[in-house]
Amino acid sequence: MDVFLDPANRQAYLEGFLTILKLTGASALLALLLGVLLAACRVSPVPVLRALGAGWVHLFRNTPLTLIILFCFFGLYSAVGVEFSEDIHVNNYWLAVTGLSAYTAAFVCEAIRSGINTVPVGQAEAARALGLSFSQNLRLIILPQALRSVVAPLGSILIALTKNATIAGVIGVAEASSAMKALIESNGDQTIAIFAVFALTFVALLVPVGYAFSALANRLVVRR
Amino acid sequence: MSHEPLIVLDSVNKWFGDLHVLRDVSLTVDRGEVVVVIGPSGSGKSTLCRAVNRLETINSGSIRFDGKDLPAEGRALAKLRSEVGMVFQSFNLFAHMSILDNVMLGPVKVRGESKAVARERALALLDRVGIANQADKLPVQLSGGQQQRAAIARALAMQPKAMLFDEPTSALDPEMVGEVLEVMTSLAKEGMTMIVVTHEMGFARAAADRVAFMADGQLVEQAPPAEFFANPKSERARDFLSKVLQH
Repeated sequence: MDVFLDPANRQAYLEGFLTILKLTGASALLALLLGVLLAACRVSPVPVLRALGAGWVHLFRNTPLTLIILFCFFGLYSAVGVEFSEDIHVNNYWLAVTGLSAYTAAFVCEAIRSGINTVPVGQAEAARALGLSFSQNLRLIILPQALRSVVAPLGSILIALTKNATIAGVIGVAEASSAMKALIESNGDQTIAIFAVFALTFVALLVPVGYAFSALANRLVVRR
Repeated sequence: MSHEPLIVLDSVNKWFGDLHVLRDVSLTVDRGEVVVVIGPSGSGKSTLCRAVNRLETINSGSIRFDGKDLPAEGRALAKLRSEVGMVFQSFNLFAHMSILDNVMLGPVKVRGESKAVARERALALLDRVGIANQADKLPVQLSGGQQQRAAIARALAMQPKAMLFDEPTSALDPEMVGEVLEVMTSLAKEGMTMIVVTHEMGFARAAADRVAFMADGQLVEQAPPAEFFANPKSERARDFLSKVLQH
């Protein structure tokens, strides 16, 4: 384990996980917003919006995340010229966030859509009968109840996102798995130990997330 | 009572697939009138009631409310619905909101009233239906009868021109039916225009201005309650009454 006695190595390890947390935080927020919007599209009475929502889900849910992240770099950045920052590291970070968000939003959308299906049709009818518009109905009645019923699956999606953030390494973002690879390459005699430390760090970060979301799900569940 | 028609259904037809649920139904409800719709299950009573605020669309015929054809969709339809109170069999209170918030929602979000004004009226209405002390609870914490009274308060909060009741007591435990009917009876006495779909013959006798009897999607006959119950004209109504009244 003396690989982690070297401060430079500890630094690489810590920065790797800090980057994972940053990627996860930004992507989770964007994916949640986008996922809610996509779910709203998928249940809307406007055919174009429904098609847009369905198209997004089918495209991003069924494409490997590695491809999406690579596309963000070679397609969005190199070919199309989308640039978030002149600093290559910052730019790559946001390109990765873009790919992670687009991908994760598809799963968030489907979770919320299944949540919408758990809201009894009478809730929407009562809202319509009061004179609420479709968007008010969605915002005030249906989505609040739908979101509260899918807290647990959203937790699973967040956990998956945290692990998926390692794929940002393929476009040069210095996240945890890249740090691990670098450490193994220069400390071949301690491969198993290095693997174990990185794996257990993920487990230690994510087990509490699982428990927290279960507790939250119980607290927020809409009792009928 | 003035004979000023508020709700006018003219030759309304409705199919669910091959099932002809409303057959040429014509019914006029005057302002201030209470029409109780009775009939066997599956006779189209609920569909008729739900068609009046377009929760069910119709295939032919026309429905007019307050002199205007029902709007097909959009803002105009939402506005119409805000003027017609609806009470459902299964209450349908918003499960994630307190009783008070349920009653305030329409006035605040649809009418744009201030929260203070809406709150005051909501509390007065909850008091009127006898559940002011339940205002801060969630629907699930109330009994069925209390939930249905809250739902009536929610509909009244919009100060509707008419109220539709779709089997409001059918999902209630027997001991809670009375408290809901009591609220409905007092509304009827105050001159609210009401269409009430129900199996409560006692309510029909006591509160209705007119009883409309439906069977197999047709409005078979309509008459004041005393006349209808004493002397039903159609064979179908006689048969129905003999089954529901002999107990």
